[in-house]
Amino acid sequence: MSVATAPTVAPPVENQSIFRHARYVVSENPVTGLAFALFIIIALCALIGPYIVPHDPLASETTAALKPPSLAHWFGTDQLGRDIFSRVVVATRLDFVIAVASVALVFAIGGLAGIASGYFGGWTDRIVGRISDTIMAFPLFVLAMGIVAALGNTVTNIVIATAIINFPLYVRVARAEANVRRDAGFVQAARLSGNGEFRILLTQILPNIMPIMMVQISLTMGYAILNAAGLSFIGLGVRPPTPEWGIMVAEGAANIISGEWWVALFPGAALMLAVFCFNLLGDGLRDLVDPQRRT
Amino acid sequence: MIGLISKRLMLIIPNLIGVVIVTFLLTRALPGDPAAYFAGPAATKEAIEQVRAQLGLDKPLVFQFARYVNDLVHGDLGNSLTTGQPVVTEIRNRLPASAELTLAGLVLGMLIAVPLGIFAAVRQGSWIDHICRVFATAGVSLPVFFTGLLLAYAFYYLLGWAPAALGRLDVFSTAPPSITGFYLIDSLLTGRLDTFRAALAQIALPALTLAIFSLAPIARMTRASMLAVLASDFVRTARASGLDTRTVIITYAFRNAMLPVITTLGMVFSFLLGANVLVEKVFAWPGIGSYAVEALIASDFAPVQGFVLTMAILYVALNLIIDLLYGVIDPRVRLEA
Repeated sequence: MSVATAPTVAPPVENQSIFRHARYVVSENPVTGLAFALFIIIALCALIGPYIVPHDPLASETTAALKPPSLAHWFGTDQLGRDIFSRVVVATRLDFVIAVASVALVFAIGGLAGIASGYFGGWTDRIVGRISDTIMAFPLFVLAMGIVAALGNTVTNIVIATAIINFPLYVRVARAEANVRRDAGFVQAARLSGNGEFRILLTQILPNIMPIMMVQISLTMGYAILNAAGLSFIGLGVRPPTPEWGIMVAEGAANIISGEWWVALFPGAALMLAVFCFNLLGDGLRDLVDPQRRT
Repeated sequence: MIGLISKRLMLIIPNLIGVVIVTFLLTRALPGDPAAYFAGPAATKEAIEQVRAQLGLDKPLVFQFARYVNDLVHGDLGNSLTTGQPVVTEIRNRLPASAELTLAGLVLGMLIAVPLGIFAAVRQGSWIDHICRVFATAGVSLPVFFTGLLLAYAFYYLLGWAPAALGRLDVFSTAPPSITGFYLIDSLLTGRLDTFRAALAQIALPALTLAIFSLAPIARMTRASMLAVLASDFVRTARASGLDTRTVIITYAFRNAMLPVITTLGMVFSFLLGANVLVEKVFAWPGIGSYAVEALIASDFAPVQGFVLTMAILYVALNLIIDLLYGVIDPRVRLEA
């Protein structure tokens, strides 16, 4: 029973040291703390945004079209008189969901394919490697365009396309991490205790590479948001009047050259902040997980 | 060198096969019945069947693939539904515009990013290092279409320096005779300076947009690789031998530090070719990207597929060139081959 009692003592110490390490990294690089605060705001907007906005994001009021920012409309109104502040906040959920869904999808498929390929080697490795090489042979955004055009112009297909173009990145990281651990002591111990290969993969290898994968997730979240917004900017996926940052920038593009900067600026800035936040968070997480690669 | 070239050419064959298979699958994954789609909305049942036989869609998938490859080899990418023109002709006419813009963006980006990265590495921890870091993180976070719009607002609406974004030339200029297809080069070759100036004014903002986008990875890589090289033994030896700082940095460190930067260019091109599509849309640039976007909106699939295939082949070719360049710069790669 000594095995069972040991963990009950160990975790508090370990947690505390992780916490201390986290605090050290944050104090060393306050930007990470800022990024985390920003992340909480974005997550809040995604969760409760639609319930707290001052105006209906779809209600148009043609008499108040293209008004600059004021007390009534903080970010001004667009060409149909819709409140831009409300639309920017409400759009957070859709952009967030697209990014989270595509990252979760590619984490499940690419991550598993990657660890299987690093752990088993041989044919598994060759097939997975060939698939990622073929994806990498395309300029990624162009491939995403082609996939959405072929599968059909829907939000689900934007999620799928974004997941596919991120596949090689996840495979590469997971493969390298699994490869160095395939003959590690704890894996051999698990094998000797009679665990099957798939069980080892899921219970021994996967938990051990999770920290590195979390960094990867954070870094690709920003890219996923950019990609989805780019696709909807050229008219794929999300359709008007649904509020979405990429589409809103596209709608404001015509106004910007006649001086109505607020229509495109605010959704564009929201998009930029979200991507910036995830990139900084990814860098911060990497410092936390892998001090050697600190920039 | 010939050994290296042939070895590399062998390596791109599986890539090209993969690209062709994927684009074929994309054509066959079209939603609904392609025959009904190509026959048009008013077609009768017989007409649809006729189109199906004509397109070979009633044959097994393997035959369809053989037919697709055969068409490709003969340079046939199908016809656009909206214009009725062969896709290949349209892409060939529009490709120089896209290539000129992408290359201008890349050259501008490198001209800014490489010195910035070098200074950041040489003066590590100074203000220029911090500027470099901010640029590197902000550059990858900025949506390229948003940067383009901001630049258009600042330089066209507020300052009035840039002309309206209406394509490669304003309405008063005529295109120079086509030699390379690049307006900037053609107008210089034929000595038409006013056309050159007009073309330069039009390309400045879109190229700057792409440059800002490509700046981040290049600057970051230059800095990292310069730092590694500056800490190496041969640089220490050169310094200890009393060479002046300029010689050490430019002849010794810089040339070695450029190797990883050139490798990064492959990834930069992947981003640039994608970003190109968005920038072309923002600035109404008549390249293959805006052609594909117009076709996408009209649900006209042949041009989109032709575009994806062209871009993929271009990208494979660019990666080949980068690898060969690597061999030219680094003698060790040549010896290994």
